[in-house]
Amino acid sequence: MGSVKIINPGLLTLVEDSGRHGYQQYGVPVSGVMDTFSHRVSNILVGNNELEAVLEVTMIGPQIEFSDQTAIAITGGDLSPAVNGTAVPMWESLLVNKGDRLSFQGLKSGCRSYIAFSGGIKVPGVMGSKSTYTRGKIGGFKGRALKAGDMLEIGPSSEGPARLGGRKTPPEYIPGFPTTLELRVTLGPQEDYFTAEGMQTFLSGLYEVSNECDRMGYRLNGEKIRHIKSGDIISDGIAMGAVQVPGHGQPIIMLADRQTTGGYTKIANVIWADLPKIAQAKPGDKIRFAKVTVLEAQRLIHEMEDKISAVKKACASREAVSTKLLRLNIDGKSYEVKVEEMK
Amino acid sequence: MYKRTKYLAAGDRALVMEFGNSISEEINKRIRSMGIAIERSEIEGITETVPTYRSLMIHYDPMTIGYDALLKRLMSLEEQLENIDLPSPSTYEIPTLYGGEFGPDMENVAKHNGLTEEEVIEIHTSRDYLIYMLGFTPGFPYLGGMDERIATPRLETPRTKIDAGSVGIASAQTGVYPIESPGGWQLIGRTPLKLYDPYRENPILLKAGNYIRFTRINREEYDRIRQQVEKGTYEYIIHTGKGGGQ
Repeated sequence: MGSVKIINPGLLTLVEDSGRHGYQQYGVPVSGVMDTFSHRVSNILVGNNELEAVLEVTMIGPQIEFSDQTAIAITGGDLSPAVNGTAVPMWESLLVNKGDRLSFQGLKSGCRSYIAFSGGIKVPGVMGSKSTYTRGKIGGFKGRALKAGDMLEIGPSSEGPARLGGRKTPPEYIPGFPTTLELRVTLGPQEDYFTAEGMQTFLSGLYEVSNECDRMGYRLNGEKIRHIKSGDIISDGIAMGAVQVPGHGQPIIMLADRQTTGGYTKIANVIWADLPKIAQAKPGDKIRFAKVTVLEAQRLIHEMEDKISAVKKACASREAVSTKLLRLNIDGKSYEVKVEEMK
Repeated sequence: MYKRTKYLAAGDRALVMEFGNSISEEINKRIRSMGIAIERSEIEGITETVPTYRSLMIHYDPMTIGYDALLKRLMSLEEQLENIDLPSPSTYEIPTLYGGEFGPDMENVAKHNGLTEEEVIEIHTSRDYLIYMLGFTPGFPYLGGMDERIATPRLETPRTKIDAGSVGIASAQTGVYPIESPGGWQLIGRTPLKLYDPYRENPILLKAGNYIRFTRINREEYDRIRQQVEKGTYEYIIHTGKGGGQ
């Protein structure tokens, strides 16, 4: 238990968990973290439920002060995290002490970092989720991005912070964040609204992430994708990662804060396993699309889950193999000391 | 309505059952039936469904059920759709204070259609409106079936701020704004009800496939209902079955 104080909020620092599910039929967007892989790993590293709320930090990191000793982990894009001015590693658990300050020195790769706190972030759930949906002013910390002076309460850690020290993500599971990326997609649901040439353009062209990219969607610029007639449809549902192409022919990838329904054609959908890549893309990055089948996409989800399991296993192996209770007498006072032998 | 429903993949975690390419009550009924059938079937792995004008989006967890298996289950469910016993839709009463400061475009709507304000209110309250879908903002209902006699084009210059509860007309559509938002609808009144309250047990009042009926109230009633809504003591008036007036 403890709290953290936001000294400086950075560009956009939000409390997000795995999202607000079950309310899309009422028009409530899902929200939640953009990069689900980094999110889950950050929680595993600090002994949390992997869907627990974390801080999602975009491009310019915050400065945070800790009120107690606690374990944290930073994953995702590399914004050069430092504690008390000294660089600290990402993708592993870190022990911080009372009064320590976490800051970020600048963007090196990717776009979004995730900070997990052992014990999770204590904010009230709204419709079953702690995720901030800023446009709807709900969830997270008072329904908004964090500001200087905000105090976030941290829940009780499942294990003592000291027990969590030394948890590391095996290096083979740490993603890189190239500035030119290939996103695999499944076609549809409206692939038949495009000319054969339009589809060819989409699958062969190089697209650039525009400045209009946020949690709701990423607008891309590139060669115009041609429709047979128009880019409008009778409104239907929008899945995470849907590639919407309105009449102007430029694709928009719909992400965490997307509206639940919409009236533009969707040429394809970025596969789940590749969504963390687009979540880490920033303006100017280049994108190529490649077609896969739904079955292949689902096989890749299983592969992603296997990676998560492997990270969990690597972290769990630090569990104690034996515990001894010792009674020590020092200066006439008796102390009980628990000694654990770690694997 | 299509003779054969289209099953379309929307990525690797959602699929769309598209029933037609038009907006019709018949299609909406089919979507509502399928939604209820899925709810009752308890197919493991389905996480939520989203009804829209002409389709139902089904979100699922492929770690629990794969695309092919889900497709099979849904197709066999659809085959038995005629046999399911549907509960009657509900009709929600939306008490509305028409005209005046809450309905700044009432005069426009009346003039545009060569009617008196009284006639506009009478026509607007005389029908039950089908809720085709919710979207755009949390709780925003897309309603069907407004009388063409009060149809009015959108404002040329949209307002930057429309208060929650505003009742408006855009072409041949009518609707209610659940939260403060910008918009170009012609505003004819306001309801004291909260269509959306994220902190209420049921955050969204309305559900697709049900109906709305506007009823006329005066200023005193508006203020009284508003107070009750704020205190959480207001008893919403919901009729079972679609009311008269159609």
